[in-house]
Amino acid sequence: MVRRIAAGLAGKAALAALCVPALAIVGPAACPAAAQDPQALDRAQVPADPLGSPMWEHHAAGLLTSGRILFDPRVAVRLPLLAENQHVFPVTVDARALEANGRPKVRRIVLLADLNPIPVAVDFTLHRAAPFLATRIKLDQRTPVRALVQTEDGTWHVGGQWIDAAGGGCSAPPVSRARGDWADHLGEARGAMWSAAEGPQLDGPVPPGGMARLRLAFRHPMDTGLVENIPPYFIESLKLRDAGGAVLAEMAIAASVAEDPAFTVIVPATGAVRFEAVDTGGLVFAGTVQP
Amino acid sequence: MSAAWACRRRAVLRGLVAGALAPALPGAALAERFAGAYDPQAEAIGDGLWLVRGADEPISFANGGAIANCAILASDDGAILFDPGASRGEGHALDALAKRLTGKAVARVYISHLHPDHALGAAAFAPAMVHALPATRAGLEREGEALADGMYRLLADWMKGTDLVLPRPDVRAGPLVFGGRSIELVALDGHTSGDLALIDHATGTLLAGDLVFHDRAPATPHADLAAWRAALDRLEALPHRLLVPGHGPPDASGRHHAIAQTRDWLGWLEETLRDCVKRGLDMGEAGEVPIPARFSGMKAARYELQRSVSHFYPAMEASLLPRL
Repeated sequence: MVRRIAAGLAGKAALAALCVPALAIVGPAACPAAAQDPQALDRAQVPADPLGSPMWEHHAAGLLTSGRILFDPRVAVRLPLLAENQHVFPVTVDARALEANGRPKVRRIVLLADLNPIPVAVDFTLHRAAPFLATRIKLDQRTPVRALVQTEDGTWHVGGQWIDAAGGGCSAPPVSRARGDWADHLGEARGAMWSAAEGPQLDGPVPPGGMARLRLAFRHPMDTGLVENIPPYFIESLKLRDAGGAVLAEMAIAASVAEDPAFTVIVPATGAVRFEAVDTGGLVFAGTVQP
Repeated sequence: MSAAWACRRRAVLRGLVAGALAPALPGAALAERFAGAYDPQAEAIGDGLWLVRGADEPISFANGGAIANCAILASDDGAILFDPGASRGEGHALDALAKRLTGKAVARVYISHLHPDHALGAAAFAPAMVHALPATRAGLEREGEALADGMYRLLADWMKGTDLVLPRPDVRAGPLVFGGRSIELVALDGHTSGDLALIDHATGTLLAGDLVFHDRAPATPHADLAAWRAALDRLEALPHRLLVPGHGPPDASGRHHAIAQTRDWLGWLEETLRDCVKRGLDMGEAGEVPIPARFSGMKAARYELQRSVSHFYPAMEASLLPRL
C-alpha cells in the first residue's frame, strides 16, 4: 500500500515535470523527475523499443520506476485508422487481459504520446477501477501512443502503436477560445453509468456487485500554454469516490488531453459515484453520477 | 496565412520535407519519395461525355490524391471539366486528356464543392475559366489554405506547384448552353455548404458530385445530414438515365441505386452514432462497431465511419449525455 502511494506520487512528479514542454526535449540530465526519483531507471535497463521511437529511452527512464519492463500484447491500445482531428484523437486502453486467471492486479496506467510536447496525457491510479480507460488526446505530430501499465508486482507492461497526424494539435487554440465562449460553460459536466458486466453490450441497468461503466465529460478549454498569449489552464486531477467516500479511482491529467475532456472508466457498481475534478486555477468541479 | 508564407512553406516542402527531416524520424514512410505521373483513364459514357474514375480509396501518396470522379464534356467552344482533380498535376493531365478526346482544350471548369480532391486541381487552369457556387468560393477562401496544407502533408511531391486558385463564385442554378451543349446547373448543399450538380441534357446524365457516393462510403467532414438527405430527394426527382457519383462507379440502374445507398448509409450512420452515445461508448469504441452486411461492398467503410465519428460524436454527446 505504501509502495503504491509512493509510486503514485513519483508518477505525479514525473507528470508535472513533463508538463513543462521544454523539459521533454532537453534530455534526462536536465529533467528533475529523472534526476530526483531514486527509483528511476538507468537507461541501460530500458529494453529496446519495438516501435523504434526516438524518445522511448528518455521517457522510459524518466517515467518508469524500477521493475521489469515488458512490451506486452495484453495491453491493447486501440486507435482509429487515422487522426481525422489532431485536436480530438480517441484512445482506448484495455489491459483487462493482464488480470485474467488471478494474475497481479493493475495499479496504474500512464497514457503517453512520445513525440507530443506534453508527452504524458493521463496518469491513472486505479484503486478499485478495472484496467480500462477511454479518452481523447491532442497530437502535435506523428507519434507513438502508448499505455504504460504497472501491475502490483511492479512490472511495467507496455502497449502502443504509431499514429500519423497533422501538426498543431497542442499548439492551436481550442475551439471555445476561438469562439470566445469558453468561460460561459466552464466546468459543465455530463455523464452517466451503464452496466459493464457484458463488455461492449452495455444495455440494461447497472447490477449491484458487478462493474459499472462510468462516462464523464467536462467543458474546459484545456489550454496547453503553447498557444501565443494563452497561459496553460487545464483540469489537472479527477477523483472518483463511492457513496461512503472511499476512493474508486484517480487521475492526474495534463493539457494534452483534448478540449472538453471526456473519460470512460470501469468501477465497482456500488451505487452513486462522487466525482471531483480540479483545474490549474483551483476551481473544483464536483457532482454525483447516479447508477 | 500570408501568400509569402505559403510560398515559403511549399518551397520548404518541395526541397526538404522528405530529405532533410526524415533521418531524425523512423520508418520508410518518411523516406524521400518522388511522385509518379498522373495517367487518367477516360471511359466514354455518352455522346461527347467521358468519365475519369477516381480510385475508390482514401487520399494517399500511392494514388496521388486522384480519388474523385471527373467528367469531361465536349462542346464547340472547348471541353467542360466537371471537377479538376486534387493537384495542379492532375488538372494538367485532365486538360491533356480532354484535348485528346475532344480535340479542344478545357475551356470551362466547374468545381462541385470545396473538398481538396475535387477543387485544388483548379491550379492548372486560368482562374477566369473556373466556376463554382458562391458558398464553395467562400468555403475555399476560409479553408482552402488549410485544406492545401493537409494535401501537401499527405501527397508531398504530387502537389508541387499547386497554389490555391479560387473559382469565380458565379454559378447560378438553371439551364445554360455552353458551346452548343445544353446543361443544367443544380445548386444544393448538405455534403458541404455548396454542392453543385450538373445535368447534361444530350445524354441524360446527372453529375452528382459528392452528394452521391456509390459502393464507396460517404465522407462527412462538412456535412449537414438533414440538408444532405433533402438534397438526395431533390436529385432523385431530377429525370436522368445515368448518374455519375463523386466517388464510385456510375449508376445506370435507373432505380436510383446509388442515391438510395448514400441515403441508407447516412441514416445508418446517424442512428448508430446516437445509439453509441446512449449505450455509453466512447469515440474510439463507436468507430469499432460492426458495419452491417448490406454495406460490405462499400469501399473505405471503416475509414469513413471513423472519420464521421470524429465529425459528429462530440456534438452528439453534448446533447445526449445527461447534464450532471
